[in-house]
Amino acid sequence: MKKRWYDYLWIVELIYMMLGFFNILFAWLGMVFFCIPLIISLIWGTKGYCNRYCGRGQLFGLLGGRFGLSRKKDIPRWMKSKWFRYGFLIFFFIMFFQMLWNTYLVFAGVQNLKQAVTLLWTFKLPWHWAYHGTLFSPGVAQFAFGFYSVMMTSTVLGLITMILFKPRSWCVYCPMGTMTQLICRVKNRKHVIVTEQK
Amino acid sequence: MENRIKKKRRAFVHTDMCVACGCCQKVCPLNAIQIWNGIWARVDGTKCVGCGKCAKECPASVIEIQEVAS
Repeated sequence: MKKRWYDYLWIVELIYMMLGFFNILFAWLGMVFFCIPLIISLIWGTKGYCNRYCGRGQLFGLLGGRFGLSRKKDIPRWMKSKWFRYGFLIFFFIMFFQMLWNTYLVFAGVQNLKQAVTLLWTFKLPWHWAYHGTLFSPGVAQFAFGFYSVMMTSTVLGLITMILFKPRSWCVYCPMGTMTQLICRVKNRKHVIVTEQK
Repeated sequence: MENRIKKKRRAFVHTDMCVACGCCQKVCPLNAIQIWNGIWARVDGTKCVGCGKCAKECPASVIEIQEVAS
């Protein structure tokens, strides 16, 4: 099948994850990966981002597929249930807002900047070597550390499920995927009702 | 004369658990599967030959290859 430019977006994802090792402020660029899927689903009512442009999914597909790092087993039934998918979305939301709250506290001067990346919402990894100061408030850097933690956590989770199950198992419970599908459902609800009645 | 019914194979999507990731769409050699409105995958029965590539690729394993009477 002919390759298109967007089939190489896994390189962008890889570069993004690497940049965070050199300067944490690059983590802000990750906002693009958060905004584009939402914009596409809100405007066009499709999951065009997941279907075409998701570099993370492509990376898992490549590592698990071509590099053979996946067992290629079926994902457990509970992991694809709506309960788990929406539950994980809510959990992700709560943790994201907690990260935003911590950022606010640093902006407000109540808390000091924590130069660490929190993996799986638990393990604090020292990351001071990627912080070289900021021209703005330390809160800007705090958000970068927090946001990079979110990205790192999802990458690690995705890698684990890539190895255990099928390469793109992350796509099954990806909070962004669940959220955009929900937006599409609401946006196209009239068509859905008609289709489900058929 | 042999009176055998020719069976055709076709992909079927369990739409209730489809996550609409589009992995199936990417691997289909005949463009027979599309993501419908970002909600689930939809198979075009006139194009699908039931090769099973989509079923193998689907991360949620919600695609089944079934025989249908032609």
